[in-house]
Amino acid sequence: MEPILRVENLTHTYSAGTPFQRNAVEGMNLTVMPGEFLGIIGHTGSGKSTLIQHLNGLLRPTSGHIYLDGKDIWAQPKKIRDVRFQVGLVFQYPEYQLFEETVYKDIAFGPGNMGLDKDEIDRRVREGAAFVGLPEDVLHKSPFELSGGQKRRVAIAGVIAMEPKVLVLDEPTAGLDPQGRENILAQIRAYHKSRGTSVVLVSHSMEEVAQNVDRIVVLRDAHNFMDGTPRQVFARAEELERVGLDIPQVTKVALALKRRGLPIDTAVYTVPELERELLRLKGGAV
Amino acid sequence: MLKDITLGQYFPGHTLAHRLDPRTKLLAVVLYIVALFCAKGVVTYAIVMAALATCILVSRVKLRALTRGLKAVYVIVIFTAVMNMFFTGGTPVADVWLLRHITFEGLRTAVFMVLRIIMLIMGTFLLTYTTSPIALTDGLENALSPLKKLHVPVHELAMMMSIALRFIPTLIEETDKIMSAQKARGADFESGSIFKRAKALVPILVPLFISAFRRADELATAMECRCYHGGDGRTALHVLHYKAADYLVMIGFVVLTVGVIVLARMGF
Ligand SMILES: Nc1ncnc2c1ncn2[C@@H]1O[C@H](COP(=O)(O)OP(=O)(O)OP(=O)(O)O)[C@@H](O)[C@H]1O
Ligand SMILES: [Mg+2]
Repeated sequence: MEPILRVENLTHTYSAGTPFQRNAVEGMNLTVMPGEFLGIIGHTGSGKSTLIQHLNGLLRPTSGHIYLDGKDIWAQPKKIRDVRFQVGLVFQYPEYQLFEETVYKDIAFGPGNMGLDKDEIDRRVREGAAFVGLPEDVLHKSPFELSGGQKRRVAIAGVIAMEPKVLVLDEPTAGLDPQGRENILAQIRAYHKSRGTSVVLVSHSMEEVAQNVDRIVVLRDAHNFMDGTPRQVFARAEELERVGLDIPQVTKVALALKRRGLPIDTAVYTVPELERELLRLKGGAV
Repeated sequence: MLKDITLGQYFPGHTLAHRLDPRTKLLAVVLYIVALFCAKGVVTYAIVMAALATCILVSRVKLRALTRGLKAVYVIVIFTAVMNMFFTGGTPVADVWLLRHITFEGLRTAVFMVLRIIMLIMGTFLLTYTTSPIALTDGLENALSPLKKLHVPVHELAMMMSIALRFIPTLIEETDKIMSAQKARGADFESGSIFKRAKALVPILVPLFISAFRRADELATAMECRCYHGGDGRTALHVLHYKAADYLVMIGFVVLTVGVIVLARMGF
């Protein structure tokens, strides 16, 4: 299958030519397959946000290329707006971008920019709001009256309403309580399931990524450090721990057991998996 | 990108130019500007230019960083050059068409004026490149403190200035972020009529104002929590002291300025 997005040898240098010059992303390669749920994880400052802002052409590569459906997105710089409608990007703390008088109008901003007709916009706004679990009566309130979590949903709905081929979310759960996190993640999962379009989830938390995605890309110091299924990545749990990245609690337990001499497979990251692995070992020992 | 505006940006370093007392540097810049405006002929300009070159060398600020600052004013520079070239009376360069309006005197003034603007900007940029905004306001507050006797609220003004300086980069960054977020939703700031472009600013300005007010509010609360109550009886964390180098630099600049004024009077 052809990847929907392909990043090739991407390097991005900030503040080139000043003493603050630094490569936030260096020689990065990445693919996103159609319908895939991809997780991107890495330390603070590892270049996650920089990388994803290239995916919809907000940042221009210092060197390297980004292909959407096999076409270089910078082949025609004038057409970059079309790329932004196809690759929907939800920023970190997106609630600060709200500006309209009503939630409805704010969600309609993206579809409106696409030049759609009124009925189509209306359909998309309602559908987007439903995806993130915003009740109808909120639509006619001012976005500034809402709670932080609700504001964030409005912002996510605003991007979903553009019906992008790839939805990219930069730490959508940052600064929310556990309940709020799980709600948003459940809604993103549901969205992915029903739309079947690709979703890229950027996160700090291994736990969060492990529970949701098909494939994980680990970034470290501007470089691609690991790339594989959660199982493949957590099979290298020790390496992850050594470079100071968080690993899921279940994997930590398995790792600790292994250190005590149990011949356990550490590539587990959910409770049922650990249970099965332990039972297997017990069965073998008996 | 907005980020490229380097006006007033500080490049940390450990050279003599960085270590001098901010008051010394302020005085030096004032003297330098006086000298620059008194300079008249080739000799005096050369002296001031040599002083600037020395300072640039000592500070180890890259020339590229200084010339980048000039980008913001190149329109003014070209405008000045053209105006001076055409509108100064004197002997025409040649007796053909456009050249008839250009005089030797005009060319001379144009060159000097352009040099003056460039050197003025480079000199002041050198100050902000080598002095942190905090040090600069500290120095300014200290240098202006005699005005307190005249009931000028020097401390409050300095505080306002340092807060403004502190938040300019933050606001620029914030504007960049909001612009990116709206662009991601297909906002278009670069095309259309003036009216359309002005309207396109709404999605930036509303969130920007909201966040600026929120920040102001938070800052006020934070200052109050730390019992800030204005300037009376406040002590400084970094007490300013002149060192030997400061006196030498000050003497150097006084000599420079007096020298340039005297030479200019003599027609150099
Ligand atoms: N606009 C900018 N100008 C200069 N440097 C920047 C800019 N944005 C990011 N950087 C630098 O680039 C590096 C990567 O930043 P980036 O925002 O991509 O990290 P991140 O992985 O998203 O971190 P976080 O998890 O904190 O969001 C950081 O060291 C940061 O300081
Ligand atoms: Mg980030």
